[in-house]
Amino acid sequence: MSTESTVVTGNQRIAKWSVNISIVFLCLWVLVPIYLLIANTFSSPAEVNAFPKRIYPSFDTESVRFFMNFYGVGSALWNSFKVACLTMIMSIAVGAPAGYALSRFEFRGKNTFRVLVLMTRAFPLPLLALPLAVMFIKVGLDDTVLGLAIVHTVLALPFAVLITFSLFSGVPVELEEAAWTLGCNRLQAFIKVIFPLVLPGIAASAIFAFVISWNEVFAAAVLTIEHRTLPAFLLQSLDDAPLHLKFAGGAVLVVPALIFIFMVRKYLFSMWGIANR
Amino acid sequence: MAQITIKQVAKQFGKTHALHSIDLTVADKEFLVLLGASGCGKTTLLRIVAGLETATTGEVWIGDRRVDKLAPKDRGIAMVFQNYAVFPHLTVYENIAFGLRMSKVAESEIDKRVKRTAGLMHIDQLLQRYSGQLSGGQRQRVAVSRALATEPDVILMDEPLSNLDALLRMEMRTELKSILAESDTTTIYVTHDQVEAMSMADRIAIMHEGNIVQATSPVEVYRNPATRFVGSFIGNPPMNFLQAKNLGDGWFDVCGARMQGPRHDASELELAVRPEDINSTDSHGEGDWQGIVKVVEPLGSHLQVTCVVSDQQCRVVMDSDVIVKPGDTVNLAPVAERVRWYDANGDRVQ
Amino acid sequence: MQNKWLPYFLLLPATLFLLLFFLYPFGMVAYQAFATDEGVLTTKYITKMTSHWKFKTALSNTMWLALAVVPIQMVLALYMATIVSKLKKGRDLILYIWTIPLGISDLAAGLIWLAILDQTGFLNSLLVGLGITDQPTTFLGYQNKGTIFIAVMLAEVWRATAIILVILVAGIGLIPKEYYEAAEVFGAGGWKRFTKITLPLLKPSLQTALMLRVILAFEVFAVVAALGGTNLPVLMGEVYNRQFVLQDSHVAAAFALLILLISIAFTLLIMWLLRTPKEARL
Repeated sequence: MSTESTVVTGNQRIAKWSVNISIVFLCLWVLVPIYLLIANTFSSPAEVNAFPKRIYPSFDTESVRFFMNFYGVGSALWNSFKVACLTMIMSIAVGAPAGYALSRFEFRGKNTFRVLVLMTRAFPLPLLALPLAVMFIKVGLDDTVLGLAIVHTVLALPFAVLITFSLFSGVPVELEEAAWTLGCNRLQAFIKVIFPLVLPGIAASAIFAFVISWNEVFAAAVLTIEHRTLPAFLLQSLDDAPLHLKFAGGAVLVVPALIFIFMVRKYLFSMWGIANR
Repeated sequence: MAQITIKQVAKQFGKTHALHSIDLTVADKEFLVLLGASGCGKTTLLRIVAGLETATTGEVWIGDRRVDKLAPKDRGIAMVFQNYAVFPHLTVYENIAFGLRMSKVAESEIDKRVKRTAGLMHIDQLLQRYSGQLSGGQRQRVAVSRALATEPDVILMDEPLSNLDALLRMEMRTELKSILAESDTTTIYVTHDQVEAMSMADRIAIMHEGNIVQATSPVEVYRNPATRFVGSFIGNPPMNFLQAKNLGDGWFDVCGARMQGPRHDASELELAVRPEDINSTDSHGEGDWQGIVKVVEPLGSHLQVTCVVSDQQCRVVMDSDVIVKPGDTVNLAPVAERVRWYDANGDRVQ
Repeated sequence: MQNKWLPYFLLLPATLFLLLFFLYPFGMVAYQAFATDEGVLTTKYITKMTSHWKFKTALSNTMWLALAVVPIQMVLALYMATIVSKLKKGRDLILYIWTIPLGISDLAAGLIWLAILDQTGFLNSLLVGLGITDQPTTFLGYQNKGTIFIAVMLAEVWRATAIILVILVAGIGLIPKEYYEAAEVFGAGGWKRFTKITLPLLKPSLQTALMLRVILAFEVFAVVAALGGTNLPVLMGEVYNRQFVLQDSHVAAAFALLILLISIAFTLLIMWLLRTPKEARL
């Protein structure tokens, strides 16, 4: 009896350690490549192109300065920022009312709309850049920040709808009803009660929309020529740019996204339209 | 004057009829309880009065104003919700002040009223707390204070005590009753708990499948149930119902005993009698039943004894000193003036 | 208070937006692939697409990449999700670390792995430093299509497993603990519990994850561009070349239509293969 139980605990110990090792390994698997990119970025151009490489940075900012002063980078960064902000505003402005309607009302056509939103998942959305390029030329939106932001809003909208849907569903209807009985009309109840409660979540979904736009390469590369965003700029300079420029560019692309994802981590689960506990 | 008049209010959800043409008047300052099992339509009716739900047909009047087309905020009502609906982003103080701020009451008056109602509900120590820092009972108190603070003509309460534990519920029941009695409001109170209804109400309206089956004083509801349903719903243990064969001329055969009842042409009626209105006696008299004891449940203050009388089940309340065990034969004498009769439709026969 | 038109009013912007910038443009893609600028219907763009020497390579590269990457990701994500769901301490931190790649652009992911796999990159530095090889190996040169393929696989697995992980963790969170306890009482071991409870009840989440991931796999583009340049043609890369470099938007539309059709076909296939009857859901 006693030997049997020690065998069991022995096995359990092995299982536990293999899980712990897996966890450590998988964390390293995620973190080390990012570290290496950052390490590269904070090394001088000479060190970046040298061989063999050191795995710790020399904290030389020459690569970063070179990147920042490189022709076109400044405006690309500024464009990326503008497009991402516009995307953020448009996707929330358009998506949040839809999320609210889905969470609070029963009405004909609700399911059709849901299907329309979920359908976007079955489509390779960056391809939209092709037909929209044609459409934008007709209406004068070609090669504009707004035009690209529209495409990015299509990418971000389904997420915005799903996150806001789950946010609004998380606020008990009774809170709204209580506000109505206490003298609010629908709009006042929304502003005084619902909005303060969902604000952090709305901010998260806005940040998420920002990240989607900030990271998007294909549509940005197809739709912009003069007003290239950072990813589009980097893509087009892949062939001729020196390594240290590429890596610094990669790092500039990664760092804001990392910070943002950290800020929205609580809401990672609701954006797929599934509840999490 | 805040008399509530509900005229032929009906509500349909798709094809299901939640309410069939309800007529009900609640007098000024009256405490009316809507009592019924879940799904009977009581909450729907309350929400129609509040304006949170729109009636399919019918009218709602508060005082001399027709309100069924008005938004909730324009009806002069306040409501207490089952889950309290205390705003989590506001302090207790701001919760109570919410309705007053909406109606642009002066700041000094707000302060006065918040403090008074909070004092009334004994939550004056909690004014700066948030809902997350309160217990269920405290939240309940905030919800009531918030409703009282606006000094509404009508207070609507939707199962306000059902989320509290038993002890707290009893305490709050007493407190609510005394506070509402002192205020000048008309109250509609929805509950599924008959003890709550009996103990608090001026008048109970019992609802069943979208209809009000009886609306009268608690004693009357208990003593003279209008229908078989009311009799079986009110009272714990519920009323006993026994088949009664009509012998003609107002005489009936109930479980082998000859009993006098109403003159009626149906071949069969049902006799109803409450368990505490049956005496177990030593000697056998005319109109008494012979019962065989099946189960004895001692409840401290009394015994609840389930007997079989001519193949029918009959519950009897006995004194806790009585010594009785399963298999015993007992002589059961129903109190004649407490016996009620119902026809096949479940309606009372006088 | 139940305003009948309010929900429609609230949905109107989103609906219009999706109709105008989502459904209509995809209709236009199909039209562009089959019609000239003058509006004459033709199949010449399709022929032009299929007859180009890169077409077959691009198609097969895309499909093989999807086939190689997605199963690895599914298994890995499932493993990670089961670990996370059992964790008590440090769950949030580990979950955060594992979902970091979610915020990283595909182009950035490509650049990250370029830093590692480049001729002067960290891997070569390590290999030479340890004396395993004498001089740096050219992993990403045009003569090494195989290693480019593997490099893209690595970058894709690294970058896009997190999406699946999030969906699966959420899915596992919905399975009541009592089911596992009940199974344990009946004597089911860890593996049995995983195959008899977790997997079947997780099917809807697996379906969602698989659909999303497969579609993304057909869109693979920037990672390949960063790591392989034009040495590993993929469908999306061809769309980009045709549209932007060669200014041949009709053939680009033909490629786009092909990707679209493959995506829809696979979505339907996965929906059918992993269907769960409504009654059998959680």
